[in-house]
Amino acid sequence: MNNEQLKERILGLVPDAEFQENKQFLTFLIPPARLHALAQKLRDEEDLAFDFLFCLTGVDLIKQLMVIYHMESTRHKHQLVLKVQTEDRLNPAFDTVCDLWKTAEFHEREVYDLLGIRFNNHPDLRRIFLDEDWKGHPLRKDYTDEVNIVEL
Amino acid sequence: MKEADFRDNETLELFKKSGGNILLTTIDAIFDWGRSNSIWPLTFATSCCGIEMMAAGAARHDFARFGIEVYRASPRQADVIVVAGTIVNKMAPVLKRLYDQMSDPKYVIAMGACAVSGGPFFYNTYHVIRGVDHVIPVDVYVPGCPPRPEALLYGVMQLQRKIKLETMRSPRSTDDLLR
Amino acid sequence: MKEVVNLPVKNIEEEEYHINMGPQHPSTHGVLRLVVSLQGEIVKSLKPHCGYIHRGIEKMCEKDTYPQIIHLTDRMDYLSAHINNHAVCMLVEKALEVEVPERVKYIRTIIDELNRIASHQLWWCSFGMDMGGLTCFFYGLRDREKILDIFEESFGSRLLHSYYTPGGLMMDIHPNFQKSVKDFIVYFRKKIKDYDDLLTGNIIMQERTKGVGILSKEDAVSYGVTGPSGRGSGFSCDVRKNHPYGVYDKVEFNEILMHEGDTFARYMVRMHEMHESMKIIEQLIDNIPAGDYSVKMKAVLKLPAGEYFQRVEAARGELGVYVLSDGNKTPFRMKFRSPNFSNLSALDHISRGGKIADLVAIGGSLDYVIPDIDR
Repeated sequence: MNNEQLKERILGLVPDAEFQENKQFLTFLIPPARLHALAQKLRDEEDLAFDFLFCLTGVDLIKQLMVIYHMESTRHKHQLVLKVQTEDRLNPAFDTVCDLWKTAEFHEREVYDLLGIRFNNHPDLRRIFLDEDWKGHPLRKDYTDEVNIVEL
Repeated sequence: MKEADFRDNETLELFKKSGGNILLTTIDAIFDWGRSNSIWPLTFATSCCGIEMMAAGAARHDFARFGIEVYRASPRQADVIVVAGTIVNKMAPVLKRLYDQMSDPKYVIAMGACAVSGGPFFYNTYHVIRGVDHVIPVDVYVPGCPPRPEALLYGVMQLQRKIKLETMRSPRSTDDLLR
Repeated sequence: MKEVVNLPVKNIEEEEYHINMGPQHPSTHGVLRLVVSLQGEIVKSLKPHCGYIHRGIEKMCEKDTYPQIIHLTDRMDYLSAHINNHAVCMLVEKALEVEVPERVKYIRTIIDELNRIASHQLWWCSFGMDMGGLTCFFYGLRDREKILDIFEESFGSRLLHSYYTPGGLMMDIHPNFQKSVKDFIVYFRKKIKDYDDLLTGNIIMQERTKGVGILSKEDAVSYGVTGPSGRGSGFSCDVRKNHPYGVYDKVEFNEILMHEGDTFARYMVRMHEMHESMKIIEQLIDNIPAGDYSVKMKAVLKLPAGEYFQRVEAARGELGVYVLSDGNKTPFRMKFRSPNFSNLSALDHISRGGKIADLVAIGGSLDYVIPDIDR
């Protein structure tokens, strides 16, 4: 499927998805409540068949917290990027996709560890790199640590 | 290193001249010869410097001709711990536990810029320990990122010189070093 | 008369216990802690604990300029250091819309492939050593020294080079480069037959690896296992074929795919890949076009605001670099999609049901480098 057909298909599935112009891949910003249902359809439908989630990134955009999913189909060779964001910086939470793509289990633990975003229904959400009793989430823009960080 | 320099130990000469007991100095010399020529290291490599340590043990720059015959996997059987690689906050208690498990006399070589002082990871990071001497006392520092295998061999030779200075009268004790 | 009371005796064979293959272990290839839950000798489940070499590289990248970041990427997966550098350089060049000269593309491709051979040589020697064959360690490192000599002659360092910069190379290659590489290929073609004699045909090695640690193709795709580990299960994921970069679209080489998915298949994929890399180098080494070794770039590189993603085929899998830029000279967010992180997530799944001794063989065949997992 080329990008035009994919765009129509996705907008047909989730009409309130926001298409982002001028990006390297076909990119949509979707409401967090639609994430799991859309991801399930993306993986299971025959003509979409996005079975390879190759990158799951968490970003701190000072006012919002965003998670970006880069996925590809091994059969049809098309790629797609989905973004979800939330303004809630105290208790951000999204639905997990690790029941659909098993690679998400480790990636979501990394996002929780470094940015503090929780994932609902994750089987084992705990810190992966830092110690269990580490305070704070280092990749956030407002993270300060006078003891450990030496500023240049 | 020139062989004349390797055999030159001013402190040892001074001690001998100042009249140490002949019998004890001979026994010291035998012990020090034994200890310095068969230092067995612990397998401990965290990151990139570990590859250069492996290369120093391989066929081209052979470790074994300096007496470092085998790597011991267990800290109870090792003499020296060559800290090759970055030490981070999570790894520091593990390193301290390994060091405590080694039995005296034990030595530490800090290999690579990360172990000496934090290296390229000095600024702007929250998890790196800037120098392994914040955790355990170090005998020899080998700089480089990564140091060549020849540099590690030079470090080992310096350690051998240091070992030759020990005597039975003032045996090396880690309590002195940690004070 | 006292009655003998029959107390229920716990069957020790059925109890599960945990052992710790701790951060310091000869065969975990770095500082990885595996808490293995065993029943007798059978592995029931496995939990990897990472973070013992987590240096916070992604946080450091937010304060470093793009040429400085190249030096940090060297130290992530240090065995394919050039390929990591290549990813960041290509991303910056694409964002600034700079076209590098053909000479640069040819040299970068040749050096990437030499790096891939060196990385597979080190994999082979530690794989043999973990299974007990110490000779492999010496053979592999002896031949790897020849490649490191070529690197040292041209760029001055053995392991971590930072030779690629955005816009081209740091300096031109040494005049002896082409001859040294051609001599190396002739030498290594003979030596790789020794590797096969020593380990591939060895009955002990085959018994220990055939049928062990099977990863199906659907699981490989779902876990995101790329590189030789994924291709051993039939997952066609070679970025050099699917999204070509450099001059990979001008050379002929095969993508090695095996379908059994066991440890032996992953082993054979890497052995064949060394042959394919030599084939690629032979096609390119005599045809390096003359020209500049670099394009003049500004002193301070500011990427235009936006998102950029670059994928390359590192020695262990697909490396992805994602940059979110806000127009400054440092990235706002930089993320490295590390191949070893996804490969490790499959370790639990494929080692269940096997023996603890198989765990060492499986770990060696997945070939993970821990600083790349922890970044």
